[in-house]
Amino acid sequence: MSTVFDERAIPGVPPRPPILGEGQTPTTLTNQISEMPLSPPLKTPKWWLAGFSVAFGLLTMFLFIVTYLFMTGIGVWGNNVPVGWGWDIVCFVWWIGIGHAGTLISAILLLVRQQWRTSINRFAEAMTLFAVSCAGMYPILHLGRPWVFYWLMPYPNTLGMWPQFRSPLIWDVFAVSTYATISAVFWYVGLVPDLATLRDKAKNKVARVIYAMGALGWRNSARHWSNYEWAYLLLAGLSTPLVLSVHSVVSFDFSVGIIPGWHTTIFPPYFVAGAVFSGFAMVLTLAIPLRVVLKFEDFITLRHLENMAKVMLVTGWIVAYGYGAEIFMAWYSGNEYEMYMVNNRFHGPYAFQYWSLILCNIIIPQAMWLRSVRRSPFWLFIISIIVNVGMWLERFVIIVISLHRDFLPSSWDMYSGTKFDVGTFVGTIGLFLTLMFLFIRFVPVVNMFEMRTLTPQATAKEKAE
Amino acid sequence: MRTEKSPSGPWGVMASFDSPGQLLSAIARAKQAGYKDMEAYTPYPNEEVIEALGHHHSKVPLLTLVAALAGGCGGFALASWVSMQAYPMNIGGRPLMSWVAFIPVTFETTVLAAGLTAAIGMILLNGLPEPYHPVFNAPGFERASQDRFFLCIEATDPKFDSKEARSFLSTLHPIEVVDVAP
Repeated sequence: MSTVFDERAIPGVPPRPPILGEGQTPTTLTNQISEMPLSPPLKTPKWWLAGFSVAFGLLTMFLFIVTYLFMTGIGVWGNNVPVGWGWDIVCFVWWIGIGHAGTLISAILLLVRQQWRTSINRFAEAMTLFAVSCAGMYPILHLGRPWVFYWLMPYPNTLGMWPQFRSPLIWDVFAVSTYATISAVFWYVGLVPDLATLRDKAKNKVARVIYAMGALGWRNSARHWSNYEWAYLLLAGLSTPLVLSVHSVVSFDFSVGIIPGWHTTIFPPYFVAGAVFSGFAMVLTLAIPLRVVLKFEDFITLRHLENMAKVMLVTGWIVAYGYGAEIFMAWYSGNEYEMYMVNNRFHGPYAFQYWSLILCNIIIPQAMWLRSVRRSPFWLFIISIIVNVGMWLERFVIIVISLHRDFLPSSWDMYSGTKFDVGTFVGTIGLFLTLMFLFIRFVPVVNMFEMRTLTPQATAKEKAE
Repeated sequence: MRTEKSPSGPWGVMASFDSPGQLLSAIARAKQAGYKDMEAYTPYPNEEVIEALGHHHSKVPLLTLVAALAGGCGGFALASWVSMQAYPMNIGGRPLMSWVAFIPVTFETTVLAAGLTAAIGMILLNGLPEPYHPVFNAPGFERASQDRFFLCIEATDPKFDSKEARSFLSTLHPIEVVDVAP
């Protein structure tokens, strides 16, 4: 049996705040977490109805915009030669990046036995799934002929056509679709025992039948748990390299090309760190209001918020190193196009976006060095929003600034998104929030069976061994 | 509330406990008493319970390894075959068998096959989906997924006698002992 590292036992180290509220037992936490999914339709909280209405309204707008896009063509967006990738790819990379925190929390922190992950992994994984869904919209919408998107898949067809396996864009198809599939599987596997709990607790017959179908007949037997623990551990082990690969492959979309500002070896690690940075920012953006409205302060404690702030601080510095490496390599390469690109970022027409990005991603997050900021939900919420904006700007800077100054000055142009670009982006936020609200309403937001292992009842016994 | 004893006898006899410690000592005592066919039900995974019942050997890791190897070989073979045979294209004069470029796809198919196998293998090895199972007939069993620990001695045990099993389980300080209708 594994021995749980008791951090309170180190002499001279002040005790850390607990990761579970005082007095929580398996019974109380199960009741508290399952209250929302099991509450009857007429007792749906007002904040949920209000939030869902807004989110669903945005999703409806998305539907209209996409319909118009399909009828008219992607000319309604602002991208045009030389800037062939605009808001669509900026938002694609942004959404994919956000997803990374969910997998990091659920897989990597599981493998390194960070128990504080337990209360945030379920909704962080849900966030991953929904963010990847939003990201997946963009490449498909950008195809121009989205109804033939399946041509990207290798399958025997009458055209005699096969995908080009040397192209990063095909790697991207494989990486993102694998990531979406494995994230969904991981999430569902984690959900099965909790769906069984809901099945057993549901008073309403319809709810019981639906949850029972999801639970597949799970009965919590030791044999079930034995296979389950193995499967969960293996999925975590598989997801760990997967999550690192996804944004690496996304970065290959750029770094394999010879565009100044893209063609650098720093891109894969720098993209992965940026993804984790923005993902944790999004987890904070969601967790801070959620813990208040659901009254989950016992489960998502200040220590959780503080730990997430620390992860952001670290990954923020890796990102800062990436920015530095880009500038250094541009100078060190002695390539005039690379150097021009850096100068153009500093002083060109998009300098405002570049400096805003530096402000949002490097300067403002340094406030998290202060313990009082790390433990203040209000300030963390503000910083998390700023980082979300900063990471969006980062992708804008990378994509647009490099493209708008082509190698031939006669092709130079300015780029800006149209109202349809903005509408598509806001629409995917609507999709994301709609899915998130449905998730909050019908699924336990915190993993109940793993939380039970943190209760004194479960940990006390391990100490007795 | 007790379940009526059906003509063929109960499926098993089940005792419930408050804590994993009590369940563990109950398993040890039941083993001492010579019972073999028993199963524990716990609201969260507990390594000691799993080991005490001899369930710690799972086939999931082996299946996953096989699937990972198959997925990796399959992905690499697909990329090589497409690039060399099915749709050869000269890209900047590079060799058709440019294997380095096939690694990302190979990696993704490895993870995809392994991950799907781990999850589906776990579900199938557990005999799921299984809409009906007798243990759900046990009164109070819904708390197995919440906060109680159950030990069920099954009727298939050679030593099984419902009366005897019931009185034996009652000696282990359970919260309750119930029959499980088949």
